[in-house]
Amino acid sequence: MPDIVRNGVRIDDNFAEAFPMSGTGILITAPNAKWARQAALTMTGFATSVIGCGCEAGIDREVPPEETPDGRPGVRALLFAMSSKDAEKQLVNRLGQCVLTCPGSAVYSTVAGEFEIKVGDAVRQFGDKWQMSKVVDSRRYWRVPVMDGEFFCEGKVGLTKKSVGGGNLLIMGADWDKTMRATEAAVAAIDGVADAIAPFPGGIVRSGSKVGSQYKGMSASTNDAYCPTLRGVTKSALDEDIGCVLEIVIDGLTDNAVREAMRAGLHAIIEMGPEQGAKRVGAGNYGGKLGPFHYHLKDLLP
Amino acid sequence: MKPFTFTLRQEPPQRVDLSPLTPDRLAGKSIAQIEEIEIGVTRISTKVGDIFKISEGDLKSLRYEGGSSRFDLLGAKLLPGFEIHVEGDVGAQCGRLAKGGKIAIAGNAGPHVASGNLGADIEIKGDAGDFLVGPLAGELAGMAGGRVIVRGNAGARAGDRLRRGIVVIEGDAGEDLGARVIAGTIFVLGEAKGRIGYLNKRGSIVLARAGCFGSTYVDCGPQELTFTRFLARSLRDHSASAADLLSRKLRRYGGDTAVYGKGEILTPD
Repeated sequence: MPDIVRNGVRIDDNFAEAFPMSGTGILITAPNAKWARQAALTMTGFATSVIGCGCEAGIDREVPPEETPDGRPGVRALLFAMSSKDAEKQLVNRLGQCVLTCPGSAVYSTVAGEFEIKVGDAVRQFGDKWQMSKVVDSRRYWRVPVMDGEFFCEGKVGLTKKSVGGGNLLIMGADWDKTMRATEAAVAAIDGVADAIAPFPGGIVRSGSKVGSQYKGMSASTNDAYCPTLRGVTKSALDEDIGCVLEIVIDGLTDNAVREAMRAGLHAIIEMGPEQGAKRVGAGNYGGKLGPFHYHLKDLLP
Repeated sequence: MKPFTFTLRQEPPQRVDLSPLTPDRLAGKSIAQIEEIEIGVTRISTKVGDIFKISEGDLKSLRYEGGSSRFDLLGAKLLPGFEIHVEGDVGAQCGRLAKGGKIAIAGNAGPHVASGNLGADIEIKGDAGDFLVGPLAGELAGMAGGRVIVRGNAGARAGDRLRRGIVVIEGDAGEDLGARVIAGTIFVLGEAKGRIGYLNKRGSIVLARAGCFGSTYVDCGPQELTFTRFLARSLRDHSASAADLLSRKLRRYGGDTAVYGKGEILTPD
């Protein structure tokens, strides 16, 4: 494979393969930024992969008080699932267990989608008939009495089926420290892109998987081609100077958000260069036949 | 583009029903046809052309140059996306059963403003008559959506049987404010006279001045509600003084416990 090199970083002539998803999200506000963030963190916990968690979720950005509907600090959390039904079920569950329970929180719609799913209209019954509905500018809101005052929650939030999940970057470096430095820089750059999240811990996954396994009934297993300890004994994709591989997986509300997030991450890695950070960047795909969205790394270069 | 304008020639000789003169019902009609529309309500004929001089313009926005307290049913069944502006007074049932759109009255309005309103934004610069947003006799529910702002005073029984939507009275309200309210939100920034919130089921009544609400309203203490912060922001552009009131710490009185008891009166602590 003829490598492309930018600022000393080798870029694979490869592409990320991504899939359509249902994307939704909520804007959570609280009396201060700490508790808005806490609610969002709790709600987006255990949401790294649809395979085991039912959805993929993460924090898109913090929203300053001037931009929130109630003038309090806010956090925008996005949630992606394979169907709108899954997305609704996951969002309502997480809202009920993680946001309703979080002190001071309030919830607003934040995704302009072609569909709407019920959230406040689902958790309102927690109010045991003491809940009050308010319609403001044709949108319904619920006031549910709780022990610290009231939980204020929009009745419905937007959902779009035009979301994309599975954009990714494989960051390869000499050792863990350098690879992590480059990957963290890429995650920080992706955080700055609107409408996109990286759902894994801190945005980073170290156990990338391949399709299939030597065991019966396991649909995914470790991506041995990218495991540095197996470089000699398996059909490895790694060069001699690679000692560690980390992956960033990206979900976005739109095709363009995923592309821009990948571009921002790639640029940050290239800017850092191979001495401090990564020596090589690749992308994961399944041959191009499964997912309709392909993001070629060579198209995203600076 | 300039608005479609009706200029008042003379005070109508009788009450007139202006419900045919909404943008959607005027669409496709020539000026001559519009002038022939019968708007009188008695056996004596009164036609549009007798009362108004018409100048054509953009039908999305209607303008009445001059008003009269005999202008009944102005903007009735108005649809979303349309606007009506009246440089003068209007009569009874302004904005009756309006589905959306905007109505602005520079003068005073008669009784039953926004009765049965479903979503229109109505602003009365002067005073409003009795039964603001209230139902007509025999109807079970009053206004069911939209926003009504009265810059002046409102008559008796304002907010009667309100079901949904926001009513702001920047001046004083007459007797029996918010009687039989089902739900929705009513503000009075001046004084509310007499009994308040009689048989209120689930509505919110926000008062700038505290009063005696009777033994069926129960003190729930001062509260800081996210809802009031939110509503203050959404009302800021429509009624700054209502938004200011909502930004203060409010004491909540739950009631009317003579009925359902899940409504409230909010008033500064």
